[in-house]
Amino acid sequence: MKELELYFHIPFCVKKCNYCDFLSFSPQTAAALNGQEAVTDAYMDALLLETLGRADEAGEYRVVSIFVGGGTPSLIPTGRVEELMETIRRSFCLAPDVECTIEVNPGTVDEEKLRRYKRAGFNRLSIGLQSAKEKELKCLGRIHTWPDFLKAYQAARRAGFSNINVDIISALPEQTLSECLETVQAVLALVPPPEHISAYSLIVEEGTPFYERFERGQLQLPDEDTERSMYVETGKILKNAGYEQYEISNYAREGYACRHNLGYWRRRDYLGFGIGSASLMGNERFSNADSLRDYLNAPLDQRIGRTVLTEAQQMEETMFLGLRTTRGVSGEEFVRTFNRTLESVYGDVIRRNERDGLLRWQGDCLSLTDRGMDLANYVMAQFLTGT
Amino acid sequence: MASIDQSKIRNFCIVAHIDHGKSTLADRIIERTGLLTSREMQAQVLDNMDLERERGITIKAQTVRTVYRAKDGEEYIFNLIDTPGHVDFNYEVSRSLAACDGAILVVDAAQGIEAQTLANVYLALDHDLDVFPVINKIDLPSADPQRVIDEIEDVIGIEAQDAPLISAKNGIGIDDVLEQIVSKIPAPGGSADNPLKALIFDCIYDSYKGVIIFCRVMEGRVKKGTHIRMIATGAREEVVEVGYFGAGQFIPCDELSAGMVGYITASIKNVKDTAVGDTVTDADNPCAEPLPGYKKVQSMVYCGMYPADGAKYPDLRDALEKLQLNDASLFYEPETSVALGFGFRCGFLGLLHLEIIQERLEREYNLDLVTTAPGVVYKVYKTNGEVVELTNPSNLPDPSEIEHMEEPIVSAEIMVTSEYIGSIMELCQERRGRYLGMEYIEGTRALLKYELPLNEIIYDFFDALKSRSRGYASFDYDIKGYEESRLVKLDILINREEVDALSFIVHADSAYERGRKMCEKLKDEIPRHLFEIPIQAAVGGKIIARETVKAMRKDVLAKCYGGDISRKKKLLEKQKEGKKRMRQIGNVEIPQKAFMSVLKLDDKN
Repeated sequence: MKELELYFHIPFCVKKCNYCDFLSFSPQTAAALNGQEAVTDAYMDALLLETLGRADEAGEYRVVSIFVGGGTPSLIPTGRVEELMETIRRSFCLAPDVECTIEVNPGTVDEEKLRRYKRAGFNRLSIGLQSAKEKELKCLGRIHTWPDFLKAYQAARRAGFSNINVDIISALPEQTLSECLETVQAVLALVPPPEHISAYSLIVEEGTPFYERFERGQLQLPDEDTERSMYVETGKILKNAGYEQYEISNYAREGYACRHNLGYWRRRDYLGFGIGSASLMGNERFSNADSLRDYLNAPLDQRIGRTVLTEAQQMEETMFLGLRTTRGVSGEEFVRTFNRTLESVYGDVIRRNERDGLLRWQGDCLSLTDRGMDLANYVMAQFLTGT
Repeated sequence: MASIDQSKIRNFCIVAHIDHGKSTLADRIIERTGLLTSREMQAQVLDNMDLERERGITIKAQTVRTVYRAKDGEEYIFNLIDTPGHVDFNYEVSRSLAACDGAILVVDAAQGIEAQTLANVYLALDHDLDVFPVINKIDLPSADPQRVIDEIEDVIGIEAQDAPLISAKNGIGIDDVLEQIVSKIPAPGGSADNPLKALIFDCIYDSYKGVIIFCRVMEGRVKKGTHIRMIATGAREEVVEVGYFGAGQFIPCDELSAGMVGYITASIKNVKDTAVGDTVTDADNPCAEPLPGYKKVQSMVYCGMYPADGAKYPDLRDALEKLQLNDASLFYEPETSVALGFGFRCGFLGLLHLEIIQERLEREYNLDLVTTAPGVVYKVYKTNGEVVELTNPSNLPDPSEIEHMEEPIVSAEIMVTSEYIGSIMELCQERRGRYLGMEYIEGTRALLKYELPLNEIIYDFFDALKSRSRGYASFDYDIKGYEESRLVKLDILINREEVDALSFIVHADSAYERGRKMCEKLKDEIPRHLFEIPIQAAVGGKIIARETVKAMRKDVLAKCYGGDISRKKKLLEKQKEGKKRMRQIGNVEIPQKAFMSVLKLDDKN
């Protein structure tokens, strides 16, 4: 049976963070916009409906990972989350070792809620910390404090979660190198420390409050050299602490790499549920539309942007997604998928970037060097053939 | 309309300073004479290029024929030739004037006489046209018609007391204008019985009809079947069709005779057979001598134009050939650049003309162009006695062979209200101007006279003038001649390699300043590479300025998950697409717009 991943999008947050461009709203805004008071309930109804309705699309598949993300899934009444898991089980064939993650905001969970998640079948928790410093949390517009996080983290351990990810962000406005590393150290000092750490460099995305401030020249970001030092130093500290970097921004203890996200980079099929969520099924990409109102009315009728990928496009994706991982792209897997060698398709590009010190072969796998990681877009763009 | 009484024809044009309402008056005349219903009127009928409407200027002269029933009960044929107002297009004006017997001078009731009012009116008087003034925009709160009337009489010296007071925009006073066209503009002379003699004042290329000649018949007649000969080019053809100009369309008729304005088609496929200014005659009954034509215009500003895609070189050549057909002032010849490959050195009347041609090539002919910095024509006197007319800086002889160099100088007239005299004089000083004098037009306005090097005014002088006078200064110039000057060639080296397409000629005293700014500008234009790139400015092999494009440090997106993949791919595609629009020089990729950097040296940022 083919492997499949499922993603469920929960587009609600207590308050939108200053850097976030994901599709989410506060329940109040959503309610006001849609003239519906119990909008989260209505959304969960629609999400369950969509889940049931798509069961037959995955008939030949075995689900190897589930990810409930957002937004803030932990904002949804726990009973509705349990119901969602129940519906997923009823609708799809789950692998015995299915990885099942839910994202939580430290300001929205307690031990009781976490125990119920565990009981419902979640075996991985992703906690959005972003920074261990109050000043930075405030600047980002987060709703929680560092003590809130500590409480949530300890509660999660007590609730029995043995696979926890902590998200942190570097290159924050006015942040110094040592401030950035303090957050890394604080996370490593947790007892026991998390199994997985996602450490992102801040991207100032259009349409966010940060972007507006940036445009007005009111956002003092660290310069490029500082930003790269933050990245390099974070990597070093995590490596010394026993974490392996397996993607541009992701680090894990052995055996704890996130199966779900690896799936995206290795082009495993996935189905997205909820507004704005994307899918890849049998080399066809599509997604659900963004409109909450439309989704509530007809959750199964929202698919847009259907694109059947040509072989050339599939190869491009294989390259620019695969190169995000430190393992890189396996020459043998490439041949198995496309019946052509990497060399025959991309020989020139590979040689040029090897010469420039951006790509390297390690055994059968082609991957980015450290400098290649810094310039990943520059390298990846060259693998697009423009078809 | 088999026979038209010659005494009932009026051939005229409208001249004015830019924005004084010339095109609007033309529209009103067309509307009032019933050629179009107001429903069919699109604002400014005669500006039919998209570019003209967008920019609100007239570039090409346009012609239209209408019929007017005058108060004396007679019907008159009006041939109205609309002309451009910008100083760059004076040659168009003079071509049109040669086809007219009179001109309407439009003057803004609030602004009064401006620099181009004078320039255009003198041009009309030079062509022996009868000129009558019209005071437009009398509905403006600041309008002062009597002051403007006095100004016209004082400064230009033409009768203006009975000038129609109008608002072309609101249709006030138009009847008065129409009556004066009949009474003040003379009927055309010439006789239909003489041998054919017609002046080509414009032509266009039509893919079905071939070349369409716009002409004014001075003597004789022409109709279908007439064997015509162009006197200058010697081309002979048989006429397929003659006709006159409706609004935006050609209306065939039986014949064109002395005094008439119209068009001729004769299956002329070779655009070179038709030269604007040439005389058309009857091959079987030729006229004794050609019309004087008009002075061949001299290109003032040159630049290199290269197809962004080298394979489009023949397309660019064809496009230039077609544009030149009705734009005699456009000059081009093939050239090659180490950096840019095969292209053309093109000559223009001014920077606006350059921009217009560039935009027309890009829009009408769908070409993607790389344009090099515009420059003027320098005269290089070599030690061996040779004189080189230099249009491309790369061709500058070795300094050891140069005895001296000369640059073109213009006499400029700037009209300005007195409060801005100081700042305008300062501007002229900065641009190496030589002050000749000043005349007060009235208490509050003055005419400043300067001599300025042409290369100081071709880029942004007009903009600087406007910004330093809050838009109140107007400007006109004439080429005066050449003067000796200390000029040097400024070379640009990118990653230690000289880029021929970036060289330009500059006055020795400004070389350092310009070189420094050029390096700064290029630093912003050239993207970072894997390695560090020095950008240097040099004069005669000596480096005078340097900037460095640092090596690429970070180009990575921290996040890419399931929902982002299509979006991230678009981003990468855009990045790759951007690379295509670059020129590879050595191992450095330079964006095409960098070649125009010199134009933006004075940007305030």
